[in-house]
Amino acid sequence: MLLTAIAFYVFSAILIASALMVVSSRNPVHSVFFLILAFFNAAALFVLLGAEFLAMILVIVYVGAVAVLFLFVVMMLDVDFEELKRGILANLPLGVAVGLALIIELVIVGYFWAFPAASGSALASATPAHMTNTAALGMILYTQYVYYFQIAGLVLLVAMIGAIVLTLRHRPGVRRQSIGRQNARTPAMSMELRDVKPGQGS
Amino acid sequence: MQIGLTHYLIVAAIVFTIGVLGIFLNRKNVIIILMSIELILLAVNINFVAFSSYLHDLVGQVFALFVLTVAAAEAAIGLAILVVYFRNRGTIEVEDVNLMKG
Repeated sequence: MLLTAIAFYVFSAILIASALMVVSSRNPVHSVFFLILAFFNAAALFVLLGAEFLAMILVIVYVGAVAVLFLFVVMMLDVDFEELKRGILANLPLGVAVGLALIIELVIVGYFWAFPAASGSALASATPAHMTNTAALGMILYTQYVYYFQIAGLVLLVAMIGAIVLTLRHRPGVRRQSIGRQNARTPAMSMELRDVKPGQGS
Repeated sequence: MQIGLTHYLIVAAIVFTIGVLGIFLNRKNVIIILMSIELILLAVNINFVAFSSYLHDLVGQVFALFVLTVAAAEAAIGLAILVVYFRNRGTIEVEDVNLMKG
């Protein structure tokens, strides 16, 4: 139990520190790397909570896809980030004010909210004892929530098509291979026999 | 010392607030704003999973999975819009995004 507590404090401290670095780092590439670190630590917290499948999905989806997407965009766009950094101190009082207001509201809500005490105060894995977390999730997801699952797939499809359509660009003057025209070409269309008279040269 | 639901809720609240702070702090840089939104959604996910453990109910994890899906779609679309915007304007400053204002 002590080991769990130590692990929780270490992971959440690194999570909070790297979240702070994400929003305050000078270089956006560093921000992306700190975002990756934050997600790794959140995945560790999920493992502590007994949500192994979600932890692995977090690592795969975020570190494998989203963070790489961010890195790709940061490095592809030739943005003058120093220019964007100007005026950050002017926004600081407003940001801190809103953040403080939010924290106070969350503390008030947490203070006055009555915990449903029926299940006890101990956190335990939500997985039934005789199966793995992934299997248990699948048993719910593919039966009771199958329509939501399909809609989630549809959301991803729409996002994929949208991203492709948004960034697709037809440049003029680019010669592309036209397979139809290539296949339709016959020797009669492309070859011609000329009768060259002797002695007259080319 | 026992780690309870409250500890996780506090961590999630702090991360959520840092995300909101990031949006206000980096008002010009859309990339950081998108990353702050990812942090906010991560905080929400931590809440969902913590409550799922606390109530011994797997549905919280199912919902966190859907939040993850929407977050990934949102990041992809947001970055695509960002690329198109940069191609048209040559900058990613969002303070002067008022092209559609009549």
